[in-house]
Amino acid sequence: MSDVKIDVKGLNVWFWDNHVLKDIKVGLKPNAVTAVMGPSGCGKTTFIRAINRLNELIRGSRTIGEVYIDGENIYDKEINTYELRRRVGMVFQKPNPFPKSIFDNVAFGPRIHGVENDEELHKIVEGSLREAALWDEVYDRLEDSALDLSGGQQQRVCIARALAVNPEIVLMDEPCSALDPIATAKIEALMRKLKEKYTVIIVTHNMQQAARASDFTVFLYLGKLVEYGSTKSVFENPKSALTEKYITGEFG
Amino acid sequence: MATKKSSGNRASFRRAGDAVLYCLCLVGIIVSLLSLAILLYDAFADGLPWLNFQFLTSFPSRFPEQAGILAALVGSVWVVGLTAVISFPLGIGAALYLEEYAPQNWFTSFIQLNIANLAGVPSIVYGILGLGLFVEALALERSILAGALTLTLLILPVIIIASREAIRSVPKAYREGAYALGATRWQVTRGIVLSQAFPGMLTGTILSLSRAIGETAPMIAIAALVYIRFVPTGPLDRFTVMPIQIFNWVNLPQHEFRGLAAAGIIVLLVVLLGMNSIAIFIRNRYQRRAV
Repeated sequence: MSDVKIDVKGLNVWFWDNHVLKDIKVGLKPNAVTAVMGPSGCGKTTFIRAINRLNELIRGSRTIGEVYIDGENIYDKEINTYELRRRVGMVFQKPNPFPKSIFDNVAFGPRIHGVENDEELHKIVEGSLREAALWDEVYDRLEDSALDLSGGQQQRVCIARALAVNPEIVLMDEPCSALDPIATAKIEALMRKLKEKYTVIIVTHNMQQAARASDFTVFLYLGKLVEYGSTKSVFENPKSALTEKYITGEFG
Repeated sequence: MATKKSSGNRASFRRAGDAVLYCLCLVGIIVSLLSLAILLYDAFADGLPWLNFQFLTSFPSRFPEQAGILAALVGSVWVVGLTAVISFPLGIGAALYLEEYAPQNWFTSFIQLNIANLAGVPSIVYGILGLGLFVEALALERSILAGALTLTLLILPVIIIASREAIRSVPKAYREGAYALGATRWQVTRGIVLSQAFPGMLTGTILSLSRAIGETAPMIAIAALVYIRFVPTGPLDRFTVMPIQIFNWVNLPQHEFRGLAAAGIIVLLVVLLGMNSIAIFIRNRYQRRAV
């Protein structure tokens, strides 16, 4: 399979003595939305945070295994994590805009990566906000605090902030769990649009969301990969009895 | 029935407890406000007649009607100003190191424990330390700089503790958001942590400096009870501070000097409030800009 963006080979993650991810092997496709699904505590969040090496900010975490992005092992000693995290953007479960203006939030990434020119910054901010489907709502108040926006708008500021550093992959950790249905629908529509340009990976424990918004689905259970395939096949024709039980709501 | 009754009793018992606590708190605040009011009344009643332009612009004198607080006022401003300049960057630096950079090991915990202990050391101990270290060993003599360094040692633990609290109150989600964009540790510290924690750090420093300007014991150890008839012009000049001058006047036998001491207290309070208002103003401006 040459058509793989992120190739995870034998990924293991521990937090202290707790073996959270066990020997995960999976190849994720470019320009698609992949949903990572499973019951609480199965390691979904740890899995996507392994793709931008954010787990290592947590005390007691230990990662063994390899994750290749475009054929390059991101756990290699030579890898620059700051550049890696620029290439792999992330949107968190709870909207976390910085307590700064909308403009400064989106411009934060470009600025730390060395963009100083005002004109260029404005172009990036406008482009990112348009991509995040927020420009029309905020173009006349870019200097207002991002904290004054609604939850759904805040989450789109966070998406624009992630897009502003021109990533290749966008990780989303339950991006809609703190939002109402209308805001959720907007973000889901956005995911489908973003996949044209980016590789999108979302964590969700909402099965309808996985079914609606994703092309591929990874099902994790107790730190192990149970099933991976196209969303259609996983939902209509699960290979594993465990997946079927989860999808039909017998546990979860 | 039985359970209903006992739960009713418990509820009324809780309400009674509530009322008792309310009364205790009220008594507490009345006692503290009342003693402050009496103190202020006493100082103003004794001091106001003496408080005039001549008092503010004169040097100490044997004759009460010619005595003034100029040397001590300027000395206090010098010492506290220099203390602020030295202690603020040191305190913030130490707090940032401990919270953001230091590895979490036994040595760091040992340092943290000792900072907390240092905050509780009596101020005269710092005075003796300053006398031995700055005045004698470093040969700074009884200068403003020696005094400022001593006060820095005294308030540094408090600034560090307050700054660490301010840093800790910056939500983890902000840091993670910045790291996820590829920020380095310094970029996260400067761009997110420092700008968020700055008002809190400033508050801690203001409170510490308010304590410093009123400190008498370590200042007597450093500056000694001297009779200064000039305005200090540089950090290596000899000096006196307002609390020393007030202490001095209180000790003199003539009744008039008690009025002078009260006037000195009023000046000290005004300078203190002035400093605090300026700092609060700066803090509020930063706070507004941060949001």
